[in-house]
Parts: sequence; C-alpha cells; structure tokens
Amino acid sequence: MTTTAFKEPVRQAPSGAAGRESRRTGRLRRVTLPYLLLLPALLLELLVHLVPMVIGIVMSFKELTQFYIRDWGTAPWSGLGNYKVSVDFDAPVGNALLHSFLVTVGFTLLSVALCWLIGTAAAIFMQDTFRGRGLLRALFLVPYALPVYAAVITWVFMFQHDNGLVNHVLHDQLHLTDKPAFWLLGDNSFYALLTVSVWKGWPFAFLIVMAGLQNIPKELYEAAALDGTGMWQQIRRITLPSLRPVNQVLVLVLFLWTFNDFNTPYVLFGKSAPEAADLISVHIYQASFVTWNFGTGSAMSVLLLLFLLVVTGLYLLFTSRGRRAADV
Amino acid sequence: MSSVRSPMAPPRSFLWSRRIFLTLLTGFVLIPVYVMVSSSLKPLADVTGKFRWLPSGLTVRPYIDIWSTVPLAKYFMNSVIVAGAATILSVVIAVFAAYAVSRYEFRGKRVFTVTVLSTQMFPGILFLLPLFLLYVNIGNATGIALFGSRGGLILTYLTFSLPFSIWMLIGYFDSVPRDLDEAALVDGCGPLGALLRIVVPAAIPGIVAVAVYAFMTAWGEVLFASVMTDDTTRTLAVGLQGYSTLYNVYWNQIMAASLVVSVPVVAGFLLLQRYLVTGLTAGAVK
Repeated sequence: MTTTAFKEPVRQAPSGAAGRESRRTGRLRRVTLPYLLLLPALLLELLVHLVPMVIGIVMSFKELTQFYIRDWGTAPWSGLGNYKVSVDFDAPVGNALLHSFLVTVGFTLLSVALCWLIGTAAAIFMQDTFRGRGLLRALFLVPYALPVYAAVITWVFMFQHDNGLVNHVLHDQLHLTDKPAFWLLGDNSFYALLTVSVWKGWPFAFLIVMAGLQNIPKELYEAAALDGTGMWQQIRRITLPSLRPVNQVLVLVLFLWTFNDFNTPYVLFGKSAPEAADLISVHIYQASFVTWNFGTGSAMSVLLLLFLLVVTGLYLLFTSRGRRAADV
Repeated sequence: MSSVRSPMAPPRSFLWSRRIFLTLLTGFVLIPVYVMVSSSLKPLADVTGKFRWLPSGLTVRPYIDIWSTVPLAKYFMNSVIVAGAATILSVVIAVFAAYAVSRYEFRGKRVFTVTVLSTQMFPGILFLLPLFLLYVNIGNATGIALFGSRGGLILTYLTFSLPFSIWMLIGYFDSVPRDLDEAALVDGCGPLGALLRIVVPAAIPGIVAVAVYAFMTAWGEVLFASVMTDDTTRTLAVGLQGYSTLYNVYWNQIMAASLVVSVPVVAGFLLLQRYLVTGLTAGAVK
C-alpha cells in the first residue's frame, strides 16, 4: 500500500529499472497523497453541501411546485419570479418574510450578546481555583451537552399555561402577573424563545472563553500584580484585550448558529411558530414543506445565504482592521 | 493547569460579585434539570394539575411506560447506529484531511480549507430541500436508498461535523512537532505509518474532542431527521415528538424519556469535557 512508497527504492532494488520505476511511483505518490487524503472529505462535502447548494440556486429560478417534485428538472423556468415574490414586501408572502427576517435579526443580536456576556463573565470568575470549581464547571456545561430536543421539551413543559413552572412561580407564588400568561403564544413567545436560546447557548461561549484564558501567559498577571494593579483592572487591561482574537471567531460562530437555528424554535413551537417568534429557518421550512412550493423556498434560502455572506464579509473586514489598528 | 491569576488575594468586591453571579447562574442552569428529573418521578396527577416543586409521591411508573407509549427502544437503536457511524466516519475522514493540510504543501490547499469552513455558514434550510431531492433522485436512478435510510442520514450528519473537526485537528496536528514524523519516515514508516503511529497518538485529546462534538451533533439534530427518516429509521430527535400528540397529558413520561435519551450524551460529555477544553485550547483558539 501507500505506506511502503518511501522505503521501496531502498529495500528492493534488484535491478536498476525496477528501482527507477518505484522511485517514480514514490514521487508521484508524494504529489498525489495529499489529494488522496482529502478525497473522502471533498467528495462528501460535494455531495451534501456544494452540489445541493448549486441545485438550490438552480431551483430558485424554477417554478417548482409539488407537481414537479418527482422529476424536478422538467419544472418550467420562472426567471426571477420566485425572487420577486419573496421581496415584494407589499404582498403577503414578501411581507411575512420581511417580518420573519426582522424578528430573526433582533432575536439573534440579543441572544448572541447575552450568551457572550454570561459565558465570558462565568469563565473569568472561574479563572482562579476555588472549592467546587470543577463541579460547577461540569454543571454549567450540562445545557450544552443535553440533546436540543430533550432540553427544549423540558422548557415547553415549564412554559405550559396551566401546569407549568413559570406561571406557577410568577403568578401563584410571586403574584407578578394578574392572570397566568401564555408563553408559547402571542408576543411572550419571543421572550420564551430568547430564554431557551440563551440557556442552551451560553455554555458554548463559556467553553471557548475558558479555553482562550488558558493561553494567556501567567507572567502578564504576575507583572501586573507586582505593579499593584488590582483584580478588576487586571481583567480590564489584560484578560479582555487578550481574548480579542478568540472573541472575533466566537461572536461570528454564535451569530451564524443562532441566526440559522432551526431546532430550538421547531421543538418549542412545533410546525407553526407564533408571529412574534417566527425565525427565518422555520419560516422557510414552512414556506417550502407545508405549501410544497420549493421554488419560492429556495429563493428565500438563497437570499438568506447572500445576507449571511455579506454580513460575515463585512464583519471580518471590520474586526480584522480594528485588530490591526489595535496592535500598532 | 496555569489558571492561577495572581498571588494577590482577590478583593472583597470581586469575591462577592463572583458569589452572587455564580449562584444566580447555577439556579438558571439547574431549574430545568430539576424539573426534568423531579417530574419524571411524579405520578400523573402531579403533572396535569398545578405545578408542584415537590412530588406528592415518587413513582418509577413513567420509566416503564415510556417504552410502550412510543417504540422508544427502536428510536434509541436508530440514534445509536446513526450517531455512532457518523462519528467514526467523520473522525477518520477528518484525521486524513487535517493531516494532508497540516503536513503537505499542495495546490488548492487554501481553496480547500476556505470552502470547507464556509460550508459551516450555510443555513441548513438552504440545502435541505435540494439534498432531499438529490437523495430521492439518486434512489430513483440507481436504487441506492439514501432517502429514508440510515445510510443517507449518516452521510448527512458526518458532513455537519466535518468542517469543525478538520479545522480543529489542523491546529492540533500543527502543534505536534514535525521532527517526530520526519524521524518516523527516516525509520522506514510510510506517511500513513507516521500519521497512525506518531501524529494520531500525540493528538488523542484533540481527536476525542472532535469525536464528542460529532456525536453530539448527530444525536441532537432535528431538521434533517424530521424530513429524511421514515417509520423504521426514525431517530430519537423525531421519535420523542411522538409524545407530543399527548402534550398536556403524559408530561411525566415525556420528562422520563428526555432524561433517558440525555443520560448517554451528558455522561459521555462530562467524562470527556477535560479533553474538549484542552483540545480547544490547542486547536481552535490558538
């Protein structure tokens, strides 16, 4: 096999011709080997991500309704028709999409900010050893480790109108509300979704920041302590600036995950999300699989991807420049 | 671990902030866990009426009933097979790919890494529909059943964790000194021998971290599982929704089932979380 490629010329070179031959295969293998190693990953990425993406883009220009599912190649072209429907904000479809988009933006910004804040604070507070630190750390990772559906179903139970914990505490025990509220319907559903998303997401920020803290040289703190710099100042002047490169990636990853999240709203609300918590993934899912209009669904997905590309590009440009300026 | 910040004692303001913050956070994290555990041991009357912090009586009945209300054992088996196979394949493929990127110079290296990483950004919904059609069409054309089969789900899931796994392992392999595998090459190991005997053993924490991540991704995924499975291949993610027609009724069973499907992943994760932190430190956040 490939493993013998390098030793062949040395070991078995009975005749000059055979030796030259295997030396040539050796060189050939050195050139092709990296490609061979990459091949499985490449093929799978092509099959599951890239080819479907191209198909998706093609589909978005087709009038692909349930009649053409079996043989989608025969669906008639519709030009920009699906896009026009999607961005016609005066018509119901476009208007609903715009609303869903705005809800998703607001939700994502709040969720990412809270996840980052809680995760970073917890990681910094737990930087020093104290009694029970290991136990607490394991505990804090539980929401992240739980399967999404199991965790979210538990929240669904807690948010129940008649027999849930939230109404029991807020209404029966603390008397904060006049009557028990509905949490999974109407405007409250936005806060319910945000709570679950933060509960589920902050441990990831915690994990990454914790790993980032390990890479800050201890000498920095020792030097600062010798200078008489207090703990809060050390956090402000050493810890937070050192975390900047980690934060750059962390915030982006949190943003993309939260923006694209399907699992949490889908399990929380089922197939039809209330308007106040109508996240874009579920919205597109509904637009495609409930009405079986794959063409429009694809156009919406492509628009979503374009938006994410632009945001990611601008974000990287902006934060990288800021970083370079700060380094100088 | 070098986590001691300074030899100075922290000021009182810091200690008090820490105490208050961590106490509140512990409450926030623990309440749903408590609800899950306590409700799973409650008699039915306790979960249909007003919420009670303490059960009126303890019962293990829900843990017996969950297996007959929905075919939970079958879903469990499907999830174990799908997540297990996706994890093993994803780790093996990621190890090879990361080794190529870490140790070789070749044309298209940058294009490869950028492309693979950017797939992480795609909204799942974008390729759900086309993938669904692609699998159906491959099935019609070749007879290979990808849609509705475990195989199709395994393929799909393993690519979900692949980009992150490759990225993390590249960082990890880079931190293994090149001299080590070059010495192995001189000793007569082939490049794959050097990978398997030198680089992989040195990168075990990173590989374990990647495996944990891949398993969790596959075990918890809902979107593709809800579209790409049928009655025989349904996984837990969708199967658990089977209780949802009974919402408001058997909440104790739903909580018991949630706990049962969570225990394997949470236990595994907590046992291996140390590796995840070291893996992330050496690989991702370097």
